[in-house]
Amino acid sequence: MAYKFDFGAIVPHWELLVDGMILTTELTVIGAVVGVGLGIMGAWARASRAPVISQIVGVYVELIRNTPFLVQLFFIFFGLPALGVKLSEFQAAVLAMIVNLGAYSTEIIRAGILAIPQGQIEAAQSLAMNRVQIFRYVVLLPALKKIWPALSSQIVIVMLGSSVCSQIAAEELTFGANYIQAINFRAFEVYFVVTGLYLAMSILLRMGLKVLGNFLFERRRHV
Amino acid sequence: MSLVELHAIHKSFGALEVLKGIDLSIDEGQVIALIGKSGSGKSTLLRTINGLEAIDDGVIMVGGKKISERDTDLLALRLQVGMVFQQFNLFPHYTALENVMLSPQVVKKQSKPEAREIAEEMLTKVGLADKMMHYPDQLSGGQQQRVAIARALAMKPKVLLCDEVTSALDPELVNEVLAVVRQLAEEGMTLVMVTHEMRFAREVCDKLVFMHQGRIHETGDPEEVFANPKTPELSSFVGGLA
Ligand SMILES: Nc1ncnc2c1ncn2[C@@H]1O[C@H](COP(=O)(O)OP(=O)(O)OP(=O)(O)O)[C@@H](O)[C@H]1O
Ligand SMILES: [Mg+2]
Repeated sequence: MAYKFDFGAIVPHWELLVDGMILTTELTVIGAVVGVGLGIMGAWARASRAPVISQIVGVYVELIRNTPFLVQLFFIFFGLPALGVKLSEFQAAVLAMIVNLGAYSTEIIRAGILAIPQGQIEAAQSLAMNRVQIFRYVVLLPALKKIWPALSSQIVIVMLGSSVCSQIAAEELTFGANYIQAINFRAFEVYFVVTGLYLAMSILLRMGLKVLGNFLFERRRHV
Repeated sequence: MSLVELHAIHKSFGALEVLKGIDLSIDEGQVIALIGKSGSGKSTLLRTINGLEAIDDGVIMVGGKKISERDTDLLALRLQVGMVFQQFNLFPHYTALENVMLSPQVVKKQSKPEAREIAEEMLTKVGLADKMMHYPDQLSGGQQQRVAIARALAMKPKVLLCDEVTSALDPELVNEVLAVVRQLAEEGMTLVMVTHEMRFAREVCDKLVFMHQGRIHETGDPEEVFANPKTPELSSFVGGLA
């Protein structure tokens, strides 16, 4: 007997999906803002002349980039309590996303910093600016501008990656989907709809990041 | 007392010794032309004066005070000694006005109106009153270089170092930049300029320094030195240009 599709079976559970999307969005926004902030500091440390700090950050970056996100998440949620750090599902999920994006964006932003012509940095030095001032006023914005497309993609990847947070019962979108199909046995319909929802969220996120980029890097007169 | 004094400056890049004991004093109001063959160490010397290259040995004194390699000393040095580069090096995300205002605001903590007033004054001085709101990529090379000069001047340095400021320019844009430098010299600005513009050096500068293989090989009044080079290296250098 052929399978009879019944998308209507999802309707009674729509609130779960909406709640899931809200949580996914929250995870992504916090993870992206703090993660990119961490990436900016990491990239600065990598590019600075302080070798010890630069190496510590280098180890962090390689550690995160060469291990699965799911394991990082489990480590934070199930492993850290052994050290007395007990986090809620949401806290663990958001921390894992921050740590993960922090590492990837460190490398991406560092590439942007390295692409700034040395002459501009020397010009700033000759104007008696100190390191912090040079980074803040001369390096950061043009560096971010250069790598904004790559950084945007990484943020989308992290948003999609948040689906594995369902594994620690963080009640994001995938968690909602798993839950619904477990009670109505409509796996195809549920995951079909959820795929569409993720796709829509990705597209919206990309568009949002593009608008943000235009706002940040648009030629605005500051005076 | 000289504004800047260099004593026995040595500088190597790896095994290559580029500066082999340079002594030079820069007096207030003096306009010094630094000439010499490619690779003789002219840029390196200018960069050491501004602390962009650390020296291996020797002493740099600014206003009678010895400069160490500490960051605070370097910043104090750079407040006195400005620099203009061959490649302009404007900040691409700022307008001409913002380029000039930036350092007075963030380094000297001037208020925006104060910084703006000085920036407008400097941009007007270099003939760019009508280009203040342009971004660097909307300006010609000569205009960009003049913004770079205005940007350095806005910090009110005591000495301005110019490293081949017209070498990256199309020939028809050279004069507008040289005119600005000439005006600065006439106003009494202390200048050290690496240049290949011999006629300009002769007309505007009051001391000529010829570098050869990492040493100051010959120095003197431009007119005399050009008319009467004492060393064969300088006469061949001068002859080679003519
Ligand atoms: N950062 C560096 N690392 C290694 N070698 C360098 C560096 N900077 C300069 N040099 C070398 O030092 C020597 C002197 O260079 P410098 O740029 O001071 O010469 P210059 O007199 O300014 O020449 P030009 O007229 O071509 O500008 C050259 O042989 C150059 O290759
Ligand atoms: Mg040079």
